[in-house]
Amino acid sequence: MNTQFASEQEKLLHDIGVLGFVVIELSLYLDTHPTDQNALKYFNHYNRLANQARQEYSAKYTPLTISCADVSACNDWQWALAPMPWEGGCN
Amino acid sequence: MWNYERRLEFPVNIKEANADIAQAIISQYGGPDGEMGASMRYLSQRYACPYREVAGVLTDIGTEELAHLEMVATIVHQLTKNLSMEQIEESGFRNYYVDHTVGIWPQAAGGVPFTANQFQSTGDIITDLTEDMAAEQKARTTYDNILRLVRDEPDVYEPIKFLRAREIVHFQRFGEALRIVQDRLNEKNFYAFNPGFDCAQ
Repeated sequence: MNTQFASEQEKLLHDIGVLGFVVIELSLYLDTHPTDQNALKYFNHYNRLANQARQEYSAKYTPLTISCADVSACNDWQWALAPMPWEGGCN
Repeated sequence: MWNYERRLEFPVNIKEANADIAQAIISQYGGPDGEMGASMRYLSQRYACPYREVAGVLTDIGTEELAHLEMVATIVHQLTKNLSMEQIEESGFRNYYVDHTVGIWPQAAGGVPFTANQFQSTGDIITDLTEDMAAEQKARTTYDNILRLVRDEPDVYEPIKFLRAREIVHFQRFGEALRIVQDRLNEKNFYAFNPGFDCAQ
């Protein structure tokens, strides 16, 4: 994909979108093929990468989920202050 | 319960306002084959489903439909947020504007409000999954119709193309779920009893 990114933040969010999509697609496949060993391995690999990318994004920028929200080094509630997904631009 | 992930399933970045396209696409928010009906249908049908992995399919596809509902709302929002009064007056969007300004409200393109009568939850998993497969094809047709209307608008075309592709994957998964149900029933008469009701009596 020849997408140009305006910033590192935008690129990381794009990567999370790609990894997250693989996880969604594999989850639905595994729902109807719950003993497919190759799919389980594939899921395990991409789910780990997706979670690592979410943690990295939340540490560097703003939290994508409440469970990623680490406020120990913050003095404000970024969950409320960060842009919403429908605002466009960086998503 | 659910957790919110603060991002879209597929990016939506629309630069130009377009009231007429918004008026068409709102149908996939609250229209007869839209994402609101899809999510409420699958998430409501889960409880009477006696097979755990099939209830899992309904849960996970119902959840993904909520993400699609958010994408469709985002498309309509971005198409309408910067409309001028002149653009609203000259477009088919003026009737929507009277009641909702540029807020998001579930209705079909023709103005018919969302209603639960647009979907069923029968308590019979064969019936429900057959409806679900039809629902995915009806939504795919609607997205095909939208794609013809937005063929010159790449910012709108790409997310709609993504949503259309998901209808096809969901159709496939519901077909597999129906097969899983039928594999557990009497192949000489799948309809001998309702596996979610008669067995429990």
